[in-house]
Amino acid sequence: MEPQRELIRIEGVTKRFGHIVAVDEVNATIRENEFFALLGPSGCGKTTLMRLLAGFETPDAGRLLLDGRDLVGVRPYRRPLNMMFQSYALFPHMTVYDNIAYGLRQERVGRGEIERRVADALALVQLTGFGRRRPHQLSGGERQRVALARALVKRPKVLLLDEPLAALDRKLRVEMQLELKRLQDTVGITFLIVTHDQEEALVMADRIAVMDRGRILQVATPDELYEAPNSRFVASFIGESNIFTGRLSIAGDAATLVGERATWSVAPGAPGRAGLVDGASAAIVVRPERLHVARLESALPVDHPTMDAGALNRVDGVVRDVVYLGSTRKYVVELSDGSRALSRVQVGQRGDDLTPGTRVSTTWAIKHGVLVPDA
Amino acid sequence: MRISFLDPGRWLGAHLGLVLLFLYLPIAVLIVLSFNDSGLPTTWTGFSTRWYEAVLTDDKILGSAVNTIIIGAISTIIATAIGTLLALGLERLTNNALLDGLVFVPGIIPDIVLAIALLSFYNLVFTGMLGLKLGLWSVIVAHVVFNITFVTAIVRTRLRHFDISIEEASLDLGANEITTFRRITLPIILPGVIAAALVAFTLSVDEFVVAFFTAGTTITFPIQVYSMIRFGGTPEINAIATVVVFVSFVLILASQRLNREQV
Repeated sequence: MEPQRELIRIEGVTKRFGHIVAVDEVNATIRENEFFALLGPSGCGKTTLMRLLAGFETPDAGRLLLDGRDLVGVRPYRRPLNMMFQSYALFPHMTVYDNIAYGLRQERVGRGEIERRVADALALVQLTGFGRRRPHQLSGGERQRVALARALVKRPKVLLLDEPLAALDRKLRVEMQLELKRLQDTVGITFLIVTHDQEEALVMADRIAVMDRGRILQVATPDELYEAPNSRFVASFIGESNIFTGRLSIAGDAATLVGERATWSVAPGAPGRAGLVDGASAAIVVRPERLHVARLESALPVDHPTMDAGALNRVDGVVRDVVYLGSTRKYVVELSDGSRALSRVQVGQRGDDLTPGTRVSTTWAIKHGVLVPDA
Repeated sequence: MRISFLDPGRWLGAHLGLVLLFLYLPIAVLIVLSFNDSGLPTTWTGFSTRWYEAVLTDDKILGSAVNTIIIGAISTIIATAIGTLLALGLERLTNNALLDGLVFVPGIIPDIVLAIALLSFYNLVFTGMLGLKLGLWSVIVAHVVFNITFVTAIVRTRLRHFDISIEEASLDLGANEITTFRRITLPIILPGVIAAALVAFTLSVDEFVVAFFTAGTTITFPIQVYSMIRFGGTPEINAIATVVVFVSFVLILASQRLNREQV
């Protein structure tokens, strides 16, 4: 894929509500044709950031550039962005057709073209024949698609989606995740989605900005976020993780993390090391599928990718719980220092038959431990 | 078959029946008497519509009725416009209980207090300083004062269910604030606004105390009725009262229906 052009640039944007800083000097760029997600817990400022882009809020500082033009001060109805609201915000007194045509009528588009474009939009969201219905006659999923069609029919440069799937039940939500992704490919419009659901962001987005307390902590592809989180918050917000904390001890090329009861080796080229000095509080993040569990009798799992004991960090423990998840099995292990760790094993692999009470050694390859600052 | 003596359904049903009887028996008597040919409350001499005919040919009554309809219509239109905007402002901009209370007070203080206050104010400013005479206009303004309160309260109940993002969606789709109000906000709250207007009109038409104090020499319909019964009840009063009951009933029913209907 050719490198994409920058479409939106958010520069030092701050928004306060009274004493609360909802968005705190945020910088980000969003590229043309990208599916970009703002991900974070409720109250992290992601919705405020989207509403700043839509024009429903005015920033206290900073610039919001779209195609190089500053949007600050431009009324919402003069911005080439359209938004799909969490509540869908369909006009209850209008038919589906009139809802979708509303935006085109504001542009003074001709009658014939309106008819054609509304029909296309209805077909796009697979609601052909629903034009004469009213919003209250539709199911939740149908309303959601009308809201989508109403925003897309304007052919905006950016489509903003505020928690678009939150009101749907789980099965429909999973379907719609793929549907939205397909739609974005079809229409070739930049999608900016706000969500608190990490799975949603991971499935749909090309890049994700993880937000917490008004700041963007990391912008990365789903893979990068999962494999190389840059902070403890990102690591624990995206997927499950085991976090081992301590103080960083640097001796030349080698580094170790000194915890209360144990010392862990840190990978030499660990990306997180650059910003950390000797003695800093730090944590090592290990994903459950990277944490191997084996009966204590066999000191090393036979099928472990690296047989070299020197390349492993190890801690012993006892299996406390086994969670069946269909194709995988999750062990909750109580480690010797009293903390708990999660390990995930594919069913059918070695070590999928442990039972609660089994004494085990848990190990991970040093290179799979991600070093992050422990803020 | 044994009937439980303590069955709450039966008790509440009986209670409802008795209350309705208590509320409507006097009105029923009035309606019956309005058709009594003799015109006396003690003797029934046959069915007649002559008292209605008498009302329709009485210029004083008709003149006062026209005044009342003018006052009702104009004060309703003004109070509905002001009250609707006030409701929007209070619902959107503030969360202040004191302000809510201040807006509501003119509607719930005794009429006599409001009437005296208005009269003093009129005497001081309009008749005293500007040399204007009290008349239709001063009753209209007085009715606007208390009707703003009721319109605001009724429209606010409608706005409480209003999803503000619907307006934002309209702005987002390219409509400016004026178009958004005209095409989105107003049509959605319109049933509440009409309901409020019906209540305001009913209140204005029935209103006596405030009108009596602020009308100067102008005679409104309730004032006319009052002056008629001061010199002994005439059978025409029964006919007039029956018409008023009927009109009020229809207006209130229509208002309730509109306000209940949720889109």
